[in-house]
Amino acid sequence: MMNSVEVTGLVVVRGGHEVLHGVDFTLSSGQITGLLGPSGCGKTTLMRALVGVQGGVRGRVTVLGDAAGSASLRRRVGYVTQAPAVYGDLSIAENLGYFASVMGVTRDRVGAVLEQVALADLGGQLVRTLSGGQVARVSLATALLATPELLVLDEPTVGLDPVLRRDLWALFRSLADAGCTLLVSSHVMDEAVRCDRLLLMREGRLVADDSPSGLLRRTGARDVEGAFLAIAEAAA
Amino acid sequence: MSARVTLATARRVLTQLRRDRRTVALLLVVPVLLLSLLRYVYDARPDVFDHVGGPLLALFPFITMFLVTSVAMLRERTTGTLERLLTTPLGRGDLLFGYALAFGLVALVQTSVASAVALGPLGLDLAATPALVVLLAVLDALLGMALGLNLSAFARTEFQAVQFLPAFVLPQLLLCGLFAPRDAMAPLLRRLSEVFPLTYAVDGMQRLSADGSVTGLVARDLAVVAGASVLALALGSLTLQRRSA
Ligand SMILES: Nc1ncnc2c1ncn2[C@@H]1O[C@H](COP(=O)(O)OP(=O)(O)OP(=O)(O)O)[C@@H](O)[C@H]1O
Ligand SMILES: [Mg+2]
Repeated sequence: MMNSVEVTGLVVVRGGHEVLHGVDFTLSSGQITGLLGPSGCGKTTLMRALVGVQGGVRGRVTVLGDAAGSASLRRRVGYVTQAPAVYGDLSIAENLGYFASVMGVTRDRVGAVLEQVALADLGGQLVRTLSGGQVARVSLATALLATPELLVLDEPTVGLDPVLRRDLWALFRSLADAGCTLLVSSHVMDEAVRCDRLLLMREGRLVADDSPSGLLRRTGARDVEGAFLAIAEAAA
Repeated sequence: MSARVTLATARRVLTQLRRDRRTVALLLVVPVLLLSLLRYVYDARPDVFDHVGGPLLALFPFITMFLVTSVAMLRERTTGTLERLLTTPLGRGDLLFGYALAFGLVALVQTSVASAVALGPLGLDLAATPALVVLLAVLDALLGMALGLNLSAFARTEFQAVQFLPAFVLPQLLLCGLFAPRDAMAPLLRRLSEVFPLTYAVDGMQRLSADGSVTGLVARDLAVVAGASVLALALGSLTLQRRSA
């Protein structure tokens, strides 16, 4: 299996403090990898390093064969930030129309991604009048426009109801089946079972890198939350 | 850079502005109201109105575009859309020229309305053709836009961004020669006024008010304002870094 992402010795310094202390991992093509860990452990920082917007980075980060942040990657990598990054004073369709022009994809992609995130009926509505979960899905839709090969999603299911969460995970699965590599962060541990692989993070270090079942087997825990606690306690 | 992305950005910025009806109304109506006010403040001195009316036509677009751009760009930074855009194929030039195109267009409309009212009903008497006046005013607007864009990179909040107006624009305004002739200033201040781009904007408008022909000095003023805008835009592009802390 090919690796979409290869990271070795990643160290990140933010505001004078080292927040990632030498992270190594790879992401396999066509897999969904979950990035789990407590608030402030460095998930967003890691994702920013992958998409090449993080400064103060040392180590090697290779994405789809190129150095992270290379110009050639900007059409091939989709990034959904933790706080939705869309224009509140534009309608859903206007937001997507703008990002479609920026990405250089045709307008029919707008309708297609709106279907994918279940917002097709709301195209004309101003984004600032949407609910939090709806705004998050508009932000997700902008990243789907260019059918990326790597999709980096920072807590995409926060604040969504169980039905929507199930539907979005079904969408992530279908994207992976079509060959897209996904890295999805979450601190909702019960979403972990939907991933092919899990990276557990704690205080700027990866403390586990395994499949969900492998993780449970290794720790003897009943769920991922238990496994995380067992690993955290063993490390302490 | 790509024409497609630049045009899409300009259209997006204009759509956002259009949603804000009150701002559009203020942009168009305030200059007209202030000029009307001035006309009757100097009711008995039409010569004074003729003297300051032209420079004011240049100052309105400069100040409004400075404010609107610094707040718009700051918003783009704080809501994360700027960072999001910089992960896409959008070039920094696409964003800058998209903004310049959109706000240049707004300035064109703003100045045309203000000039039409000033030269028509208010009876402002300018020597130069209105087209030249509007051209200089639009260049001034682009200068204000470029400076606002630049300074917004150094503001963390909208409060700070708005304070940059008194901090960076008022000194230029005081020294530009509109309130006191520059010859009468302390030598150090006069030297300072010579490096402020707004001085040339106002100087150009004063020359156009008094004398209709495009002299070498008017051409110099136009060139300095245009050059300063380009310089400020180029520096502004340095503030749009893809990687941040
Ligand atoms: N701009 C910044 N300057 C300095 N330090 C920062 C900055 N942003 C984040 N940090 C610090 O870096 C560490 C990692 O932050 P990060 O946002 O990556 O955490 P996270 O795992 O995504 O947390 P959450 O689950 O709450 O989103 C935190 O200790 C945080 O305080
Ligand atoms: Mg985070």
